[in-house]
Formats: sequence, structure tokens, C-alpha cells
Amino acid sequence: MAHAEVHDHNTPLEYQSETGRLNILGFWIFLGAEIALFSTLFATYLVLMFRTADGPTPHELFELKGVLIETFLLLTSSFTCGIAIHEMRRRNRKGLFTWMIITLALGAGFLGYEIYEFVTYVHEGAALGTSAFWSGFFVIVGTHGLHVTMGIAWITLILIQVARRGLTPQTSAKVFISSLYWHFLDVVWIFIFTAVYLTGMVLHNG
Amino acid sequence: MANPQDSLSREHGGIPWKHVIGYLLSIILTALALWVTFETGFSTRTILIIIFIFAFLQAALQLLMFMHMTESSEKKSKLTGQTQTGNILFAAFIAIVIVAGSVWVMSAGHAEHDHHKMDSKTHDMKMDGDMKMDHGDHK
Amino acid sequence: MKWDEFFVTGDPLIYGADVSIGLTVIGILFYLTYFKKWQWLWTEWLTTVDHKKLGIMYIASAVLMLFRGGVDALLMRVQLATPDSKFLDSQHYNEIFTTHGTIMIIFMAMPFLIGLINVVIPLQIGARDVAFPYLNAVSFWTFFIGAMLFNVSFVIGGSPSAGWTSYMPLAGNELSPGPGQNYYLLGLQIAGIGTLLTGINFLVTILKMRAPGMTLFRMPVFTWSALITMIIIVFAFPILTVALALMTFDRLFGAHFFTLQGAGMDMLWANLFWLWGHPEVYIVVLPAFGMFSEIISTFSRKTIFGYKAMIWAMIIIAGYSFMVWVHHFFTMGSGELVNSVFSITTMIIGIPTGIKIFNWLFTMYKGKISFTTPMLWSLGFIVNFVIGGVTGVMLAMAAADYQYHNTYFLVAHFHYVLIAGTVFACFAGLIFWFPKMFGYKLNERIGKWVFWVFNIGFNVCFIPQFILGLDGMPRRVYTYSAASGWGNLNMLSTVGGFLMGVAFLILVYNFYFSFRYSERENTGDSWGLGRTLEWSTTSAVPPHYNFAITPTVKSFDPLIQMKRDNVDLKPKIKDIKKIHMPDNSGVPFFMSAFFFIAGFGLVFEWFWMGIVGLIGVFITLIIRSFDPNEGYYVSEEEIKETERLTV
Repeated sequence: MAHAEVHDHNTPLEYQSETGRLNILGFWIFLGAEIALFSTLFATYLVLMFRTADGPTPHELFELKGVLIETFLLLTSSFTCGIAIHEMRRRNRKGLFTWMIITLALGAGFLGYEIYEFVTYVHEGAALGTSAFWSGFFVIVGTHGLHVTMGIAWITLILIQVARRGLTPQTSAKVFISSLYWHFLDVVWIFIFTAVYLTGMVLHNG
Repeated sequence: MANPQDSLSREHGGIPWKHVIGYLLSIILTALALWVTFETGFSTRTILIIIFIFAFLQAALQLLMFMHMTESSEKKSKLTGQTQTGNILFAAFIAIVIVAGSVWVMSAGHAEHDHHKMDSKTHDMKMDGDMKMDHGDHK
Repeated sequence: MKWDEFFVTGDPLIYGADVSIGLTVIGILFYLTYFKKWQWLWTEWLTTVDHKKLGIMYIASAVLMLFRGGVDALLMRVQLATPDSKFLDSQHYNEIFTTHGTIMIIFMAMPFLIGLINVVIPLQIGARDVAFPYLNAVSFWTFFIGAMLFNVSFVIGGSPSAGWTSYMPLAGNELSPGPGQNYYLLGLQIAGIGTLLTGINFLVTILKMRAPGMTLFRMPVFTWSALITMIIIVFAFPILTVALALMTFDRLFGAHFFTLQGAGMDMLWANLFWLWGHPEVYIVVLPAFGMFSEIISTFSRKTIFGYKAMIWAMIIIAGYSFMVWVHHFFTMGSGELVNSVFSITTMIIGIPTGIKIFNWLFTMYKGKISFTTPMLWSLGFIVNFVIGGVTGVMLAMAAADYQYHNTYFLVAHFHYVLIAGTVFACFAGLIFWFPKMFGYKLNERIGKWVFWVFNIGFNVCFIPQFILGLDGMPRRVYTYSAASGWGNLNMLSTVGGFLMGVAFLILVYNFYFSFRYSERENTGDSWGLGRTLEWSTTSAVPPHYNFAITPTVKSFDPLIQMKRDNVDLKPKIKDIKKIHMPDNSGVPFFMSAFFFIAGFGLVFEWFWMGIVGLIGVFITLIIRSFDPNEGYYVSEEEIKETERLTV
């Protein structure tokens, strides 16, 4: 129900159509649901924290260096994604593309490290079926990784649409929504970093 | 911040200061969490409390500085921004209920009869039921 | 896999069902072809994004599922009517009580309520459609295909048999081998996607699409109850999504979340299930409260008593419903502190509900009451629901619960809550808004027969179960010995169950009778007592754009205000402007078909098929994303013609 409304030149494009406004609010609510989803995974991981059975403990396998690289890559990608939206609001299409592509590249780097980390763990004898602890670990970190993968594919598809149709109220609302999703993935990672890695290392230490 | 026009007029300038500050603070908070975890020698409980506070702060930074959570799509009304904020706050409440509630319920009472403990130390820890985990330094 | 493993074989009841399903399908195909209805079916229904049609499809599916779940219930009652009965074997009985519970909650109660919400809410807030009409179609089709996937288990592969709660380790691979439990996991997972999308959709609709002047505290109580329900859905359903996914990982990929091996924790399943499961109770009961409020107010000719108390009670429930889940497993042994805390929170949550009972009573007080069938169902609700509520408070006391737990006392309690709350509301709401959907009322005289037969049957069925429970009869048993002395009361309970079945048949007859003989409505205000905007439309069944001119709201109960001010509801020609509406789309239908392929593949652990289905789902998502889908305009001429305005 997009009406041709008269807008102040200053209103960001993504808020100019009724559809855009509804979609953005709807997506915020979806993020609320995502918070409940990840909370359940965090609860599961923390409840199963000491249930390593005969498998390795996280203390034996967690590598701080890899985790820090992943954290840095994703945090930086969240920052560059924010800049991309800043450029979009200045109606600078080239800036939007440049910063978004940097974002996607950082995201791909993050994924690469995560896959490398998973492969290493599996080689060292910790897989999904090793113990309750590792089931919890692989599913929570894997779910986040899957979200990042889908985010990369989704943003790519949206950038193709922007390239074809230009920055319209419709396409810019899509870009804005995908940016919310991307930032949200970093929010989740902050908690994975804290609850999965740091807490895992603290509680299994000594 | 609640009005898109304000934020936009601010963004007419070249350097997005809000994002830069948010990014720097995030890095600082991450570094602080690492330092608290590995370098301070606080008790386990204290470490956990501090690093989770840092995590919530950093999440708030992302929501406010990067995601424009409080921004409203309409010009005159702040309702959308308030709805978005309320939604995330309620989600945070639900998240705490789910995580803290599950950990509490799943470690109380029947943990005494639980044969899956990895060692006696964690067994003691859970039996106490009050997260008394002050053992060892963490260097 | 051999064919006789693929299809369920060996049971005459199931062969009979196979034949009747086959005949029904052939009959439908013949009807559609012979009367050349395929085109009509596709353009008017399968591709529609109209909230009213989707609502009707939800309700039709729910009535179908009520039949399936009801037949399951009657089979159980036949088995339990006499001691040591050989009618069903234990496995078959377990399958039937599992499908009965799952279908009634997930595929009957929720879609019935969501269907009524779909039909009524956009009209009640003066909107042309929901915020995301396309997403609404996706919601319906994922629910529908999830329900179908679950029901296929009945003839292909075998039904789940671990109870609707599917406790571990019973639901694990060792004790529940085969595809049955996988059907449960994937059917619920796919339907859950639809429910979550409905939650987001209606939240945005109610928050952003209200007619001018309708402030939050001028919204009808039913709209409020829908809003609160949607909040609970948005935050509760992801928990179920995760719990189901984790069990799927356990069963299909060898993970150890809830298994006995690998240090898994079976009790964690119960914890996660009820973290969703208790809010779910409020998801199916709050819309019911909303509907009863509308009906009682309408037929008492009075504005609802204590409107704000009602609203605040529901807002409190939205948060509080997440803090009582442990009362479903007091006997699991979480210790006295945990049990005491959750015992207290459970007793407290009874207070907001108690407030509402008094609100309804005071609304009727000194009102001029019309005893129509929707009103009768509402009155029946108040009486019966109080029994469910009071026994609930008894169960809330953790120490006492150790006695009641796992007995028929509990079974009777939650049927008094869910039937008297939700099912009564579904009937009341369906009858109340039936003219809005079809342009004629259901016959009142037959409707009263349905009410009385059902009500008597309901009490005859479940009051004996309270006594049986106090006498120690455990739930979930497929038979009992004659020496237990439970035979007579069980026989009585079965008689009551069949009376409810008879009432259902009379209801179905009423659909037919009213379709043939009911007087067609001429105005939008079919009962003549309408208070809210859905009754202010110019024709009995609103046109696809709902309102030719968006109404302006000046007070609570806006139609009463308009009647008082003698507002002419007929639109003026000069005010007619073209209306923007969304396009129909076949994509949701195909998306759900791919979901079915994916789900079916995963049920049988044919991973290639699962991957094919999921790729299909992603392709439909991409097609939608690249479609500019800007909708179309209804021309002024068409509106004038529809509204029968002459120049």
C-alpha cells in the first residue's frame, strides 16, 4: 500500500515508502525473535557446559588466537556496514557498493576462519556427536555461521538489485534491513565470544 | 537521535563520527574483557559478571550507534523508535529468563543424582548451587 | 526400504482410512474437473493474499483437523471404556494419543484462532489488509503443509508415539525408531515458521495500520488480545524451533543434546519444551478471552466493564507467561527452592485471569442480554473455565502436585481449560463472525442443540476423569484391570465423549442447512448490535478492499458512537478514490510444496531429497525478492460499482 507521498528531501530513502517503513519495523520484531532463538541455544550450551563425556574438553582445544581474529573481522565488518549505510543516506551509490563489498569480504574471511576452526576441532577428535558439550558448541557457533553465510548471499542479491534499479525507496529499504541483520550477527557474536569462548575457558580452567 | 532528519543532517558531513566512536569503544571493550579474563586473577564469579556486563554494553553500542534503534520512520511521532527499543528490551528480558532460568532449573536439585559429571570439582560446584567457583587463578 | 515398510500396513482401521482418504481425493478431483473449478480454485483461493480468504482457509483446515483429532479421541475413549480392552494395542494407542494432542494444539486450536484473527482484526482496526499480505499467504501455506506432513505419517511410515510432549529419551532413536517421531519434528518445525511470521505480521499490522483516531486505548479488546498473543508468539516460537532442531540433530545426525549417551541431558528437553509450552497455553487462550469480551459486551448491549484492567491483565500475562514453565515438571526433582518459586509464580498468574472473569460478570450485570448461540457459548465458557482454573490452582501447589501428577486429574484439568477456553471460543467466534465471512448466519435453533449436546457431553466426559484421577488412575495408559474398579466411570466418560462427537456432527449439518436455507444478510451489522468497525462495512461480506473509505474513529466502541451520531455509513461518491492493493501470488503455494519435499525427505533421512526441497525453497525466496511486486490500483469505477453508488 505504497502511496506516493510528499517527502521532505531530508527523509532517508528507506523511510519514504509505506512498505519500507512497515518492513523495517517488521524486521526489528524479527530480530527480537532471533534473540529468543539464540538465547535458547546459549541456555543449551551453558547447561551442557561440563558434559564432555569421554571427549576432549574445551580447555584442550579452544585457541584464543583464531577466536580473536574472527572477532576482529566480524566487528570490523559491522563497522564498514554502518559506513555503507551512511553513504547510502548521502545518496552515494558508489560509496555504498565499496563499503558493502568490503563488509562481505570481511564476512567471508570470518567464515573461512570459522570453517578452519571447525575442521581443526574435528581432526582433534571433537565433532557434533562426540559429547553433549560439543553438540552444543557446534550447533550454536554453526547456527551463527549459517546466519553469516545467508547474510552474505542475501546482501549480494540485494546489491544486484540496487545495481539494476538504482537507489529507490524500495531497494534502499532492503539494503537498510540487510544491514540491520548484519549488525545483529555481530551482536550475537559478542555473546558467543563471551559465553562460549571466554566462559568456556574460565570455567574449564585449572 | 529519534528523528531521522537529525541523524541525516548529521550524516551530511564526511566522517561518520558516531560509527567511528562505536567501533573504537567496541574494540576497547573486547580488549578489556580479554584482560579481565586472563590477566586479573579475579574469582571466576567476578570475571563472569564483568565480562557479561561488557558484552551487554557492547551490544547496546551496536544497537544505538550502528543500527539506529531509536530512530523513527515517521517524522512527527517517536512511536516506531519506542516500539523498536521496547521490543529489544523485552527480548533482552526473555533472553535472561531463558538462559538464567534454564541454567538454574537444570543445575538445582537433581544435579545431585547426576552421574555425568566430568570430575569431582564441578560436582561440588553444582551441588552448592550458588555458583561458588573460586578456585585457582587464571593466568 | 520395501513398500510394506513405507506404507502403514496390517491394521484394518488404517486400511479403512486409506480407502476413505482415496475416495475423498477422487471425489474432490472429479468435482473440480467436472464443474471446471480448477481456474476458480487457483485464482480465488490458492494464490490469494486477502486476509479474509486466508482466514477462511485457516478455519476450514482447523475444522478438518478437529475432525481428525476428535476421531483420535473417540478411538481412545472406546479403548478405555472397558477394562482389559483389546480394541487397540498399546503401540496404536500411543500413536493415537500423540497425534490427538499434537493435532488439537498445533493444527486445530492455533489455526482456528489465527483464522478468526485473520478475518476480524484488519476489519476491526479499519485497515484494508494486513501489513504484509504476501507473508500472510506464506504463513498459511507453511502451516497447512506442516499439518499435512504430520498427517501423512498416519498412512506412510507410521505415526509418532512418544506423546505430544515427546519427552526424551522415549522420543530418541532407541525407543522410537523409524520415521514417526521425525514427522512430529519436521511437521511442527515447518508449521512453526508460519506461526512466527503470523506473529510478526499482526504485530506490525496492529501497531501501524489502525484507522485514524484509533489510539491504542481505543482498540477493541479482541484486537488487544491478538496483539498480546502475537508478542508471545514472537518470543516463544523460536524456543520451540530450537528445541525441535536439537532433537532432530540427535535423531538424524548423532548429536547428544538429550540422549543418554554422550552425557546428554534428557531433562533439558522438558525444560525447553515447556519454556515454549507454557506461553503456548496463553497463545491459545488469550484470543479466546478477547472474543468472549466482544461477544459478551455485544449481547449485553453494554460497553466492556473495566476495559483498562482487562488490557493491563493481558499485558502482565505477556511477560509473566514466560516465568511459570517449571510447574509442568515439578516432579522432575529440581529441588524445593525451584519448585517453591515456580509454585508461587504460578499461583500469581491466576490473578489477572480472575480479574477478567469478574469483568465479564460485571459487563453482564444490569445488561439487556440476548441469549444468542455465541452468547450461550460465552456463558458456558465462564462456568466451565472456572472449574479448569480452580483445579489449576490446586495443581500449582508443588507438594500437592506430587499426588495429582500424571493422573487423570491433570487430564481433566487441562481439558477444562483448553476446551472450555479455546474450543468454546472457536465455536462462539465462528458463529458470531460467520455472517462476516459468508453473508448469512448459522441457524440459531440447530446451534442451540449443538451447544447443549456438546456442553452436557463435555461435562459427562471430563468430570468422571477428575474422580478417576483422584482415585489414582494414571494418564497415558492404554488399558487397566477390572480389579481397579475404574470401569464404570470410564464408560461414562466415553459416553460423554461420543455426545461431543454427536454435537460436532450436528454442527456440520448446521453448515449445510444454513448454506441452503439461511436468510442472506443485507447490512454489515448482521446482529444489529455491532460495536466495532467490522460491523460498519456497507455489505454483509466486506469487499476485498474492506472499506471504500477508511473510517475515522472518535471513541472506544466506534460503531456505537457512529450510531449515536447518526453517521451515514454509505460512502459519498465524491469521496471515492482509487485504492492500492497487493497482487495475488502463487509463490507461497510453491514454496510450501518445496517445504513438503524437504520435510518428507528428512523424515525418511533421504538427505538428497531434503536438499532438493530446501534449494527449491531458496529459489522461491529469490524469485520473490527480485519481483518488484508493487501491487495494483482498484479503480474508482469499480469501487462505485461494488458499493452500488449511482451517479
